[in-house]
Amino acid sequence: MNLRAVWAIYKMEMARAFRTVLQSIVSPVISTSLYFVVFGSAIGSRITEIDGISYGAFIVPGLIMLSLLTQSISNASFAIYFPKFVGSIYELLSAPVSYLEIIIAYVGGAATKSIILGLIILGTASLFVPLTIEHPFWMLSFLLLTSVTFSLFGFIIGIWAKSFEQLQLVPLLIITPLTFLGGSFYSIDMLPGTWRTVTLFNPVLYLVSGFRWSFYGKSDVSIGISLGMTVVFLLICIAIVGWIFRTGYRLRN
Amino acid sequence: MPSIIAISGVTKTYATGFKALKEINLDIERGEIFALLGPNGAGKTTLISIVCGIVNRSSGTVSVDGHDISRDYRAARSLIGLVPQELTIDAFESVWATVNYSRGLFGKPANHAFVEKVLRDLSLWDKKDAKAITLSGGMKRRLMIAKALSHEPRVLFLDEPTAGVDVELRQDMWAMVRRLREDGVTIILTTHYIEEAEAMADRVGVINRGEIVLVEDKVQLMRTLGRKRLLLELRSPLATIPEKLSRYALELSPDGDRLTYTYDNQSERPGVASLLRDLETAGIQFRDIDTQNSSLEEIFVNLVRKGA
Repeated sequence: MNLRAVWAIYKMEMARAFRTVLQSIVSPVISTSLYFVVFGSAIGSRITEIDGISYGAFIVPGLIMLSLLTQSISNASFAIYFPKFVGSIYELLSAPVSYLEIIIAYVGGAATKSIILGLIILGTASLFVPLTIEHPFWMLSFLLLTSVTFSLFGFIIGIWAKSFEQLQLVPLLIITPLTFLGGSFYSIDMLPGTWRTVTLFNPVLYLVSGFRWSFYGKSDVSIGISLGMTVVFLLICIAIVGWIFRTGYRLRN
Repeated sequence: MPSIIAISGVTKTYATGFKALKEINLDIERGEIFALLGPNGAGKTTLISIVCGIVNRSSGTVSVDGHDISRDYRAARSLIGLVPQELTIDAFESVWATVNYSRGLFGKPANHAFVEKVLRDLSLWDKKDAKAITLSGGMKRRLMIAKALSHEPRVLFLDEPTAGVDVELRQDMWAMVRRLREDGVTIILTTHYIEEAEAMADRVGVINRGEIVLVEDKVQLMRTLGRKRLLLELRSPLATIPEKLSRYALELSPDGDRLTYTYDNQSERPGVASLLRDLETAGIQFRDIDTQNSSLEEIFVNLVRKGA
């Protein structure tokens, strides 16, 4: 294992985050605060509580998930797309590093940034609403699992994308709508029957639901299913990445 | 001693169906400077990219110092430094960070003294804290070389190293290449500048349309394929070349003052001595005589034309 290479890439990725601290950290914090103002205060004044949880507190796990998903994808996709775009990927491809090492370094870097961000948002949220975390172990596990899974997903998008437009396509057209419709801001019990069934096909629901359970012990779907679905998505991403590296898809051709 | 790079039966067909390389067989000797010449699109960069692991080959085998580039890619790649043709650097990193990153990427422990030496040798030390984006084109080229040398490679690929580089930097680079060779580094350079190959290379390979047309010791190549020209400045101008001298295929300058005789060592043409005898018989006197060797460029153009 070329651990020095893994460390070199990881360090470089983290340095990039700190260099662009405004874009990486400050802007998600500001947008999360805005969500609190708009959703928490405006809507919260009409919906006082869901499942016995105050509305402001109810949306915190969903908000963190929203940032976690979008940031993991954008961090990882950009990290691998940019060297492809400017051509500096030649160095990575000519270096004595295995595909696994490349993945660990890039996905590790992107996931670390997401986790830091998730914790910052959690801290920001605690300034607005009183928070309880009933299952801290599971809260951190979901944080980790989601960050890694979606960083991996972002990595795949970064390799697949041939233009900046394609790079934005999946996060904008698929992830953001799925997150908004995945029960971040409401309980699916509040939806009419048909929409409730449709929502059950949305994978993000399971992430948000599981994550919310780790906070308040209440969820839309059972924690086992939430965990299972997240792991299944992780395995799918691993399989795709394995295929990409076996064939050299859009990297070595 | 076995060759440091052994390329055997390598082909590359791109997804579009374009055959970039057709059955390449090439051995690079340890410690030599090998110049790979070829027109645009000949397959130079594809070949280099395959050896360095950037592009997958369609078939064939490549080994670097006995290590197969697929089975034993770590050992093979850690021996190689690559300076690609394009200036592709992470624009927002500092010189110091990016060179140390390259060293780490190749699995070498941090060695600030060594990286400092590389930067000093390439006149980049003063710029170590500058971001790559702020460097001039020549500086960026040096930075690419510094990155390639950061992990102490035994084989260095220079893909068009002096394209768009000013004369001074070109001289510096040639000096650096010679220093590296003295340290035992094998150097493979591709170039459009034939004078570069002529000045630097021990051996020359010519690639055209995905095929190696020729591999030859440079001196030998110039001897065997080199044309020579004999220039005769005449005492009095000639209107036409006498019939008797037609077998020499002489060229007469428009003003009739100069005769040029072109010959090469492979040709069946009669030699210089008999030409001079025949001139005397014909009563043509000359006041000066000069010979010129053809350059590698002419040899190259001839070879590529022949293949076309």
